[in-house]
Amino acid sequence: MFDLIKYKNLFIGISLAMLVLAFVSIFTYGFKEGIDFSGGTLWQVNFSGKEVSIPELEGYLKTNFGIENLLVTAGSEKGIMMIRTNELSENQHQEYLAKLQQDFGQVEELRFESIGPVVGAELKSKAIWAFILVLFGISLYIAFAFRKVSYPVSSWKYGIATLICLFHDAVIPAGLYAWWGSVKGLEIDTNFIVAILTIMGFSVHDTIVVFDRIRENLIVHKGKKLDEIINISINQTFARSINTTLTLVIVLLALYLFGAPTLSYFILLILIGTIIGTYSSIFMASPLLTYLQKK
Amino acid sequence: MKAKNISWLVLVLILTVLSVFFVYPKAPIGGYISQYMPWKLGLDLVGGSYLVYEVDMSNVASTDRDSVINGLRDVIEKRVNMFGVAEPRITTSRAGENYRLNVELAGIKDINQAINQIGATPFLQFAEVSQVDVPATATTTATKAQKLSLTELDGRYIKGAQLTLSDLGQPLVSIEFNDEGAKIFEAITARNIQKPLAIFLDGLSIIDTNGDKKIDSNDLYAPTIEERIPGGRAQISGIRDVKEAQLLVERFNAGALPAPIKLINQQTVSASLGQDSLQKTILAGIWGTLAVMLFMMIYYHGLGFFASIALFIYIALSLAVFKVFNVTMSLAGIAGFVLSIGMAVDANVLIFERTREEMKKGLQKSTSLDEGFRRAWTSIRDSNLTTILTTIILYNFTSGFVKGFALTLLIGVLVSMFTAISVTRNLLRIFYTKNNH
Repeated sequence: MFDLIKYKNLFIGISLAMLVLAFVSIFTYGFKEGIDFSGGTLWQVNFSGKEVSIPELEGYLKTNFGIENLLVTAGSEKGIMMIRTNELSENQHQEYLAKLQQDFGQVEELRFESIGPVVGAELKSKAIWAFILVLFGISLYIAFAFRKVSYPVSSWKYGIATLICLFHDAVIPAGLYAWWGSVKGLEIDTNFIVAILTIMGFSVHDTIVVFDRIRENLIVHKGKKLDEIINISINQTFARSINTTLTLVIVLLALYLFGAPTLSYFILLILIGTIIGTYSSIFMASPLLTYLQKK
Repeated sequence: MKAKNISWLVLVLILTVLSVFFVYPKAPIGGYISQYMPWKLGLDLVGGSYLVYEVDMSNVASTDRDSVINGLRDVIEKRVNMFGVAEPRITTSRAGENYRLNVELAGIKDINQAINQIGATPFLQFAEVSQVDVPATATTTATKAQKLSLTELDGRYIKGAQLTLSDLGQPLVSIEFNDEGAKIFEAITARNIQKPLAIFLDGLSIIDTNGDKKIDSNDLYAPTIEERIPGGRAQISGIRDVKEAQLLVERFNAGALPAPIKLINQQTVSASLGQDSLQKTILAGIWGTLAVMLFMMIYYHGLGFFASIALFIYIALSLAVFKVFNVTMSLAGIAGFVLSIGMAVDANVLIFERTREEMKKGLQKSTSLDEGFRRAWTSIRDSNLTTILTTIILYNFTSGFVKGFALTLLIGVLVSMFTAISVTRNLLRIFYTKNNH
């Protein structure tokens, strides 16, 4: 049997180190807000195979339309360009599109999103609320579900351990995404929030499996020390924690490799979060219980 | 006991076969069903626009606001219908003191024109109706025709409309004009006593009068003027029912009250972007499912085989549920469903691991299985409930395309609790443990 509790400082240390790195990354690179949150326009156009360079299009947009705040990126295929700027009115949109078509020949509009700053601020506050509700909602549920096991660990401690794990599982992928974002020019948008919340919803599954077994073993192995019971429980549930994660990893990999490219970052984020969530369920949740117990 | 298991399972299998026919458009019967009930695909897949308008209610009394927003919704729905959009969805929402109209236009060709039309303030007009002689021509005989002549009265002169009931309980629509409107209205009524006055909204009859559920040039709503009406207050009587009266009130208010709308959010996606994504994601889902089945069979052998059957039943039943409830399948929604496939077998993993454990203790196969189901249940219940909690929060706190992700994941979790537990259990009781009895 693997004595996990003996090495608990090491495992918690790894988690802490990852958390610190994640925070450093978030504060160094920051999050660039997508138009969902900041308001603005995202415009994807297809120049139908015609090669248009980024500086060329940027210069064109600046001189012809006087757009100052501008970011042009190249799309996945030749001729597809992504334009990101301040909120454009519908009149401006139509005027610019007509002019583009006049000057570049066949120009097909693939996507046009324009979000006002009010809506953006609203979506942002909703996203923050959703995060808080999921974080505390799940933790409270765990505290409630384990209410009957009060000895020797009171049920609210299971809730607190879950809360810390959920926070850990949300912050680490977020930190990774912040670093990634600065390299690849990614922004945080509604999809990012959905991915983080999904990770939290999934990662708690394995934690529940371990806690459930601790709950059972507290009765079966009455009289043994908590450390010992935790060790037994983790060893007993190890295979299923890995396997439940694995089935999810399989479909996530399939979606990442074969699915739509527009969702690839969303899927990758959930994939990484799922793996981190499994780590925290096995190596962090139960050791946290022993820490909480000693105080 | 066994007979009961078998008949139960047969029922589920019949349901599954029906579901497959129901959801798979290329199946012989399914193709027939699909004509009448096609998959509802999201805007991100078929192309289209999602528009959010903010309604400026600053000049509308707070008691009239609900009536105005419903009227506007109605007006916009009519305008959108003229573009031939299949199943436009127009909903109203409220964020604090802000009233919004959300318009979903799937597969629309000329979105720019649609936006221009939708954004225009609805206009209310009144026309005098007179009979004129149509002289005989070479091919027709002389007849009488209705001639409509627009009056100078329009929505600007109306303060608002209200639904009231007469002493006999008949619905009435009371219209109030402003001072200027009162004078114009008095003059019009004075010269048209016992004649009809036609009412138009956006150039067409204000309501459907010939009962064909659409408003076109065949409809004409023209109540008769009984007498000269001074004072700027008029009442329309002889209305079919309260519902019609309500409709009239809402449309009067939409055309009269100063509630301009402004486009604050637009998402337009072309169809060419979506089609490719759809195929790829479905294919990824199929590969993912096969890989999960393979994994289950390699790791859990016979048990895994039955879990795979249950997984197939899960997929068929969930898809049928999506279709029955007309869930819009967006790209994120399909991704959410594929994720739920990976989660659906989690319950089986927990049950099978537990069963193995019990067998190691020396219990019989069938007793071990029962123990496995019984003891794994608490953690299956708790983990599914946390997912349900998360999806409900996600559904209520997001908008647009990603809402579908939360919905499909939620339905998926609910269906999987049924298939991964009940279906697997019955399958195993019948086929797997028979040699022990």
